Amino acid sequence: MERNLTFIALFAALIAALGLLPKFTLMSGIPITAQTLGIMLCGTILGAKRGALAVVLFLVLVAVGLPLLAGGRGGLGVFTTPWAGFLFGWPVAAYATGLVVEKWRAGDLGLIAGVASVIGGIGVLYAIAIPYYMVGADKGLVEATITMLPFVPGDLIKCVLAGVVTKAIWKARPEAVLSRG
Amino acid sequence: MLALTLPRRTWAHGVPAGWKLAALALASAFLFPVDNLWVLSAALLAVVVLHLFTGRDVLRYALWMMRPIVFFAAIIGIYHLVTWDIAAGTAIVLRMLLLVGLANFVTMTTALDSMIAVIEWLLQPMRRIGVNTHAIGLAIAMVIRFTPALVQKGSALIESWRARSAKRPGWRITIPVCLLALDDAEHISEALRARGGLATRTRT
Repeated sequence: MERNLTFIALFAALIAALGLLPKFTLMSGIPITAQTLGIMLCGTILGAKRGALAVVLFLVLVAVGLPLLAGGRGGLGVFTTPWAGFLFGWPVAAYATGLVVEKWRAGDLGLIAGVASVIGGIGVLYAIAIPYYMVGADKGLVEATITMLPFVPGDLIKCVLAGVVTKAIWKARPEAVLSRG
Repeated sequence: MLALTLPRRTWAHGVPAGWKLAALALASAFLFPVDNLWVLSAALLAVVVLHLFTGRDVLRYALWMMRPIVFFAAIIGIYHLVTWDIAAGTAIVLRMLLLVGLANFVTMTTALDSMIAVIEWLLQPMRRIGVNTHAIGLAIAMVIRFTPALVQKGSALIESWRARSAKRPGWRITIPVCLLALDDAEHISEALRARGGLATRTRT
């Protein structure tokens, strides 16, 4: 119980830290924040339930007014934009990512974590974010999808990184990868 | 760690947080379906007046918090200029500024502890179905405490990387940052258990 709680809390802090670390971009030249990588890692390392709870905890702290989103954003205002579907989709994305890692046991964990991140962090997340944007900004499906498209290449890079990082953690601290526990 | 709350007290700080949040929810629900430009403009003007009435610095701070929204508003604005659907575009942008502005006003004028008090109040019914709400409060406190600690340790890692390598620190730095978080989590859970853990405290 204590271990579950501290892992959830520390991963919520990790999502925040990955978005706030100064002078740090995933790819030189391209300003991709590592925050969504944090969401994916919550799923691949903590598993479905704990991963989703860590993301919910993180969002609660953003909502009460801590500037924890990348770029120091936060407060209730970030949940009222048409793009808030991404925020509301994050816990579901982490859950789906974790579920894939928990169920798919055979094979290389790095590959599994990468594929799980594509399913959860891109598939599930955009399936929530696009309809939300369609309603919030009063747009059609095609137009909403086109608006989101520029973010997909960066997200794919993050999925690969989520796989690599998860495998490295699995090597260094196998007992801490709760999705495999 | 800095919160987004205003550095000084205003009249709005005195309004109970629960009321402000309820008012915000009601206002958002009413304003969301509105398409009439006059109503939206009047409401936006009212929000600006509300800020000015609270203080000039409040309006300046609110505009500063709006920065990221301006970028998105510009995208929507340009799209509607191109498709020549200006009325619809103006309505969407006005509504967005309005909803974000109101929500930010509540954030600016509500102290962190009153917000957390509202969350605890909202969680009360969950206690009856057996959820350990004390653990949730503890988790919130831990994130507030450990986020700056992790950022600090991560920054130290980035500094030592730069001291040793000509290349910029890239994604590789996420691995030790994750390990730091995992090791901290193990230590804290042991420390919690050594002090009696969560179960004993909920009995009181």
